[in-house]
Amino acid sequence: MKQIRNFSIIAHIDHGKSTLADRLIQYTHLVDERQFRNQILDTMDIERERGITIKSQTVNLPYNAKNGLYYELNLIDTPGHVDFSYEVSRALASCEGVLLLVDASQGVEAQTLANLYAAMEHNLTIIPVINKIDLPSADIERVKVEIDHELGLDADSALLCSAKEGIGIEDIFEAIVERIPPPSGDVDKPLTALIFDAQYDSFRGTIVSCRIFDGSVRQGDTIRLMSTGAQYKVEEVGIFRLKMEPKKELTAGMVGYIIAGIKTVSDTRIGDTITHEMNPAPKPLPGFKEVKPVVFSSIYPVSSDDYQSLAEALEKYKLNDAALVYQKDSSAALGQGFRCGFLGLLHLEIVQERLEREFDQSIIMTAPSVQYRFTLSDGSIVQVDNPIYYPDPAQIKKSEEPYIRASIMIPERYVGPVMKLCMERRGVNSRMNYPGPGRVELIFDMPLAEVIFDFYDRLKSITQGYGSFDYEIVDYRESDLVKLDILVNGEKVDALSMIVHRERARDRAVKACESLKEEIPRQQFKIAIQGAIGGKIIARSTINPYRKDVTAKCYGGDITRKRKLLEKQKKGKKRMKVVGSVEIPQSAFMAVLRTDTE
Amino acid sequence: MLNRHHIEILMETVCRVFPVTSGAEVTIEANPDDIDPVKIKTFKEHGINRLSLGIQSFHDGELSFLKRRHTSGEAERAIILAKSHGFENIGIDLIFAIPGQTKNTWHMSLEKALSFEPAHISCYALTIEEGTPFNLLKSQKRIKPFSEKKEVSFYLHTSQYLRDRGYIHYEVSNFAKGPKYYSRHNRRYWQRKPYLGLGPSAHSFKEKDRWWNIKSIKGYMDSLARGIKPVEAKETLTEEQIRLESIMLGLRTEEGVDLGVIASIPRYQEILENLLLSGYVEIKDGRAVPTVKGYLMADGIAYLFS
Repeated sequence: MKQIRNFSIIAHIDHGKSTLADRLIQYTHLVDERQFRNQILDTMDIERERGITIKSQTVNLPYNAKNGLYYELNLIDTPGHVDFSYEVSRALASCEGVLLLVDASQGVEAQTLANLYAAMEHNLTIIPVINKIDLPSADIERVKVEIDHELGLDADSALLCSAKEGIGIEDIFEAIVERIPPPSGDVDKPLTALIFDAQYDSFRGTIVSCRIFDGSVRQGDTIRLMSTGAQYKVEEVGIFRLKMEPKKELTAGMVGYIIAGIKTVSDTRIGDTITHEMNPAPKPLPGFKEVKPVVFSSIYPVSSDDYQSLAEALEKYKLNDAALVYQKDSSAALGQGFRCGFLGLLHLEIVQERLEREFDQSIIMTAPSVQYRFTLSDGSIVQVDNPIYYPDPAQIKKSEEPYIRASIMIPERYVGPVMKLCMERRGVNSRMNYPGPGRVELIFDMPLAEVIFDFYDRLKSITQGYGSFDYEIVDYRESDLVKLDILVNGEKVDALSMIVHRERARDRAVKACESLKEEIPRQQFKIAIQGAIGGKIIARSTINPYRKDVTAKCYGGDITRKRKLLEKQKKGKKRMKVVGSVEIPQSAFMAVLRTDTE
Repeated sequence: MLNRHHIEILMETVCRVFPVTSGAEVTIEANPDDIDPVKIKTFKEHGINRLSLGIQSFHDGELSFLKRRHTSGEAERAIILAKSHGFENIGIDLIFAIPGQTKNTWHMSLEKALSFEPAHISCYALTIEEGTPFNLLKSQKRIKPFSEKKEVSFYLHTSQYLRDRGYIHYEVSNFAKGPKYYSRHNRRYWQRKPYLGLGPSAHSFKEKDRWWNIKSIKGYMDSLARGIKPVEAKETLTEEQIRLESIMLGLRTEEGVDLGVIASIPRYQEILENLLLSGYVEIKDGRAVPTVKGYLMADGIAYLFS
């Protein structure tokens, strides 16, 4: 156990986490130079394209240290987005230390801080690493000051590296061995293993990634998942060396995998504790909680004939994403579909993109919503995450919506415009910290509904990319809510409705009308778009018809071609949503929330 | 262009093989630079009684932009020549929406055309199609195509102008000095009456069948030489396709569409009401007839009924 180190790399997005992981792996020659590809731990297309990590990955790195001893270092790569902060916290709970990566020119950012706090909560040894020192814009001295002032860490202990150029990699290995303590634990105690990830494999079922705290586990053991009580017989245990490498047993301190005939990842809970059926641990490891979705949206097939195919795709998708929840939904405008719950907007986008790309589905997603809480006059409380189920306004005694605490890190010069943005988004209780010269941390309490859509994009554009943002959900607060309906040629389109704050309703309605005007192509007739609360119209826009759609010539040899074109267009028509003789494209249903039209 | 000999063979063969009604419309299409006194005489001698001339413009700048071989002077001389040889039924083709064209130059072309009192005028909007040299120029921003607004304005203006001078706007791009000058063979296409096309790529139609000949001249001739009909493909229309074609073609002409065809489907009633309200069609003698504004939308309206 003394020769094991369990660590993670934490960083603000784009500070070079995946590149450093690549270098560490290359250094240990786990993979042939020829077979190496960048972002090696990010196996999904979407991860590689966006340069983000969605799923945790683990790799066991063999290392011969300068002190002459052989070590096994477990790198647990974690997702880098607030949507997945619970997964991150479980991965961190499996480590004894972290490399805190800071970009040598960008310096400390909001996620750097959030990540640091998360690591500190788990009492981890923190090794600051300044990355990208090869860049001409690198300012190591300033970043050291930030590490000292803003993070409160010993700047002299910071390592310098360029993951891209492979500079300083050996120092990092040595620091991991020297500074991060070996895992503690007792092989003779009953088994406790923390599940920090689970992945679906169509041949082997669920592959559980875990950290063994006490005891040991081997093939043939009967294990129990403590939160569900479900029992399974262990088929294989092993470690990750980019490929799965079976081992005789996993013992206290180790990080590895367990395959035990668990059908889907939904049968496991991240953060749950695995123990032995025969000799169970008295209590589970701390920190387990059920992950609850916070953002909701409906998914409909573009063509209603494809409902069954969508249902099957969702079922398959769910095998490997326990965080997605869904149930049947239906809309007058869009027909049969599913109401889905997501961990956040990135999670929503990932699900959307993977359904389209990996499962070949053509889908319409409605504007995302949060879960509202209404107390009705009979005293009952209803949770509503779908505007279609907004209660009768006459019956509502109290409306509440979820609030977040947002931490926004910006250079001082952007304080004015960012404050303005936060106030527009109904931010309250603002506080300001000055973690270092010229830098400000703004803290705001804001309704979640105001940040789920495009807040981060707006923040980025206002601060020219220098602003960073992190949040946690705090509580529900009373709010004056109304349901905003959108009418197309006088007909209400239920899938475009949204629940909004009364004071923001007009503004939202105006912007929704403008967005729809851009999204819906001109048609043969004039199209009226209206925003309404109850029966009252509060905003409108008009799409003028086009005026010319005819070819100049149509003689004997043109007729067949022309008719065929019409027949082709007719097929395309089936893929549009027609409301009151207006054809509404897919994109319009999502665009209704877009606010960046100003 | 066919030479004198070709024309003789063609016309003699047609008259030998088919019964030709007296007073039948026999049209030849020609470009002004193809016309000379000998040819005109040949046309006349062999019973050709209608001449359709691809004048396109009377503005030399526009003609050279369109890469035409003739000048406006040659165009005028060709018309005069034809008239002097007794051609009563002359059709003039003009093109508008040429990049660089102004209301003035277009007007000039129209007026010049009218000065010859042609029986028929076709005014085509220049269409810049994918894969053409014009499209390349367009993508390189070296020419500026007409905006929709400008094209619509030229079109409406043209229609009004010609109607004011006694022409009937009987099809999207076609005007005639009176019903007897309507292009008879073109009307057969729009009315879905039988027609027979000879030559490479020509389309023919009878009852529910439409077929078309091999496109390449060589393939066409090889097939004939082997005694095989040079037909490339044939389609037999379903009832649904026939209905779609009648609407699509009917909406291009002043005849419009029989309300019976529209009333056959309940959903169409609502569309028809919208069309009436928008001023795209009018009801005349149990038919939905396009207005001039409606001509411009003929394809879009046919799409609604698809």
